[in-house]
Amino acid sequence: MLDSKTPGGPLADKWTQYKNNIRLVNPANKRLIDVIVVGTGLAGSSAAASLAEMGYNVKAFCFQDSPRRAHSIAAQGGINAAKNYQNDGDSVYRLFYDTIKGGDYRSREANVHRLAEVSTSIIDQCVAQGVPFAREYGGLLDNRSFGGVQVSRTFYAKGQTGQQLLLGAYSALSRQISKGKVKMYNRHEMMDVVIVDGKARGIIARNLVTGDLERHSAHAVVLATGGYGNVFFLSTNAMGSNVSAAWKAHRKGAFMANPCFTQIHPTCIPVSGHYQSKLTLMSESLRNDGRIWVPAKAEDAEAVRKGTLKPTAIPEADRDYYLERRYPAFGNLVPRDVASRAAKERCDAGFGVNTTGEAVFLDFTSAIMRYGKTEANVMGLENPSDDKMRELGKAVVKAKYGNLFDMYRQITDDNPYETPMKIYPAVHYTMGGLWVDYNLMTTVPGLYAAGEANFSDHGANRLGASALMQGLADGYFVLPYTIGDYLADDIRTGAISNDTPEFVEAQKAVQAQLEKFVSNNGTTPVDDFHRRLGRIMWDNCGMARNKEDLTQAIADISALREEFYANVRVPGSATGYNPELDKAGRVADFLELGELMCKDALEREESCGGHFREEHQTAEGEALRRDDEFTFVSAWECNGQPNDANLHKEELVYENIELKQRSYK
Amino acid sequence: MNLTLKVWRQNGPQDKGHFDTHQLSDVTGDMSFLEMMDVLNDTIIREGGEPIAFDHDCREGICGMCSMFINGEAHGPGRGVTTCQLHMRSFKDGDTITIEPWRASAFPVVKDLTVDRSAFDRIIQAGGYVSVNTSGETLDANAIPVPKADADEAFNAATCIGCGACVATCKNASAMLFVSAKVSQFALLPQGQPERKRRVTRMVEQMDKEGFGNCTNTGACAVECPKGIDLTNIARMNRDFLNASVTGE
Repeated sequence: MLDSKTPGGPLADKWTQYKNNIRLVNPANKRLIDVIVVGTGLAGSSAAASLAEMGYNVKAFCFQDSPRRAHSIAAQGGINAAKNYQNDGDSVYRLFYDTIKGGDYRSREANVHRLAEVSTSIIDQCVAQGVPFAREYGGLLDNRSFGGVQVSRTFYAKGQTGQQLLLGAYSALSRQISKGKVKMYNRHEMMDVVIVDGKARGIIARNLVTGDLERHSAHAVVLATGGYGNVFFLSTNAMGSNVSAAWKAHRKGAFMANPCFTQIHPTCIPVSGHYQSKLTLMSESLRNDGRIWVPAKAEDAEAVRKGTLKPTAIPEADRDYYLERRYPAFGNLVPRDVASRAAKERCDAGFGVNTTGEAVFLDFTSAIMRYGKTEANVMGLENPSDDKMRELGKAVVKAKYGNLFDMYRQITDDNPYETPMKIYPAVHYTMGGLWVDYNLMTTVPGLYAAGEANFSDHGANRLGASALMQGLADGYFVLPYTIGDYLADDIRTGAISNDTPEFVEAQKAVQAQLEKFVSNNGTTPVDDFHRRLGRIMWDNCGMARNKEDLTQAIADISALREEFYANVRVPGSATGYNPELDKAGRVADFLELGELMCKDALEREESCGGHFREEHQTAEGEALRRDDEFTFVSAWECNGQPNDANLHKEELVYENIELKQRSYK
Repeated sequence: MNLTLKVWRQNGPQDKGHFDTHQLSDVTGDMSFLEMMDVLNDTIIREGGEPIAFDHDCREGICGMCSMFINGEAHGPGRGVTTCQLHMRSFKDGDTITIEPWRASAFPVVKDLTVDRSAFDRIIQAGGYVSVNTSGETLDANAIPVPKADADEAFNAATCIGCGACVATCKNASAMLFVSAKVSQFALLPQGQPERKRRVTRMVEQMDKEGFGNCTNTGACAVECPKGIDLTNIARMNRDFLNASVTGE
């Protein structure tokens, strides 16, 4: 059993009391301590900025050409906080409760409560930094709703909330860079963690422009390197998003927790062809106003697929608003896992609406007319025509979601103001990640994981607008405190040498792998393997999983990995700028991770959140948890090949919430 | 459709560089421009060549990483889109497409179509922030109401993705649109007031130091900007800069 090091005391007081009692490092000593932060998304940028402000010497790394480009930038819909500005009954407890329930009772109570507690500070902090959140005419902040909750607690900046929050964190980071407290390494990739005397003491980084390997030492290392959704090849992640930093840490002793917990987001633009390189998300905020449906008659669906029937020509009575039908209490705002499975169920039953049969409609007609009517009232128009209301309503929808509608039109060549969007679920987020204790420390002393890279807060399913919240909570308000407790032991250590055998050996091993890739003389490009891995993962470890498929997938991935090493072609050399070489290293790690994900999915003989085992479902097809046997976190210890990993368990204890079958009906 | 692609190849900043010509067939309209480049690179690798290096990441128009000068236009034909959002339906069978990197002395070429835009980071580091520590111990977020019109305009300026299309488009390789967007975001918000003069002065100084050219009010930057950043931001920055020069500390 793993010890989460959760402090004692009543749930609501744990964090405050803990902060009051952990050890501090005095300002003079902080100047003697170095911290490495890998990744500059919300968690990484905010952690690097905060640690530098506190006085530590920080080195920050990102593989992009600027820290501002990390994939947090693409988050669209918003960020949750228990401000209760709308006076709709929100509170810290309710945010905590919704997150635990949304996660299908597979997250750690104390971490989630802490997240809910600090959520309000995030909004205050961001406003102080000049983040331009959406406001109402009175000048106060506006909110909207997201899935799985019955309050409006989501703060937003049109469909670019992630961008605005990341630029806020980036500006805080830039301020510290200008002061010399953060040394920034752009276009650098972490190749390995270096462990000295059982502690994380640095990294091997590769300058992606020159190809040079560099040894960087520090007293502690923070990985804020994001999630691993790209193991599916097609996902909403950026092309460069990868698992490599986390996987190297795993290989050096950090346990990987719940790797099979992946989030399939219900509203993405469907696949259009074999050349497809990524899938584009349409923000969950659209489910505030969009209604999801498929034709109720199979023959109508068939005609829509053939292009002989327009969706707008299908009368209301012949439409199946299946989320509203199945889940009247939450309707279109059920959590993501539920909405995704429901879409798959309809499409599998033959009601899909695009040429591949894998799409459903997201329709804004009702919202446009509703907003149009309100606007007409505001303007004092008597008996406005439908056309007038439509025109006014479109303007409102444009103001709310304009950039998303433009993006949709750009990609599909369809006009979503006139005809419903076609959407389908796609891989979006990974709840699993490096196992961390209450301090966000992995099983390797001195190695921390923050943001999507860790597993801690979202259980088996993340609620919308909670990823931004967690990234900034970890980076601004949690890690800067908890890391001090560990570093208090290091005030007399002095600078860590990067010349020790541990560093030399780690660098040699990295060099050897790079040389191996470029001298392989294979025939098949890296992407080819990545695509095939993605297909195996999506077919067998996607929205629905079963024992037979998972067993087969483990064998298939293992075989694909062998083929990869035998036959991959990496052009160019290990020196100089070589993006294909960067990709090869990342795909090599995905080929191991994928197998572990399948193994984890196979061992978890229950359904919960995004993990749906076909063998375990209710009569209505809902996920069926098996709390007696599986109320634990699976934490995998590397033991050579992924399939040989050892399972460790962290028991999940619910003292404040009663475990229930999740219901959104 | 079948296309002829003339692509700029340059092995590092010191190399002279040249165009390579490739023929590509079976391109479909639903492909994004970068997916077309993926297909081209796949072919090159299988034939034993070195693929074309280009920057890209999110492929949904927000990270600002992609940066191609296509047929003489930053991010190619079409308005309000980045290269990754440009789709091949904008081209027709038989077209010749010329693809170049951003060209500006402040953006040295790393390789092929990849350039070094770290000058933008240094401009932000010179003052593109509000100096507030990240303790969370600030005013309640609703303590200072901000008029919606100001908040919206600040937001519009803040949507700049830092891609550098403005610089690549400008005949003077000026970065005024980029710098003024950040200056404006804070100039429009109450949080930005205390450092308003210092910020604009320092950011403009850094911009000049990086070797970007000056603005001659052509307005091409705003036309090619994928995020529609408005030219009035430059006017605001100029006013603020003048004001700071005369009345600043």
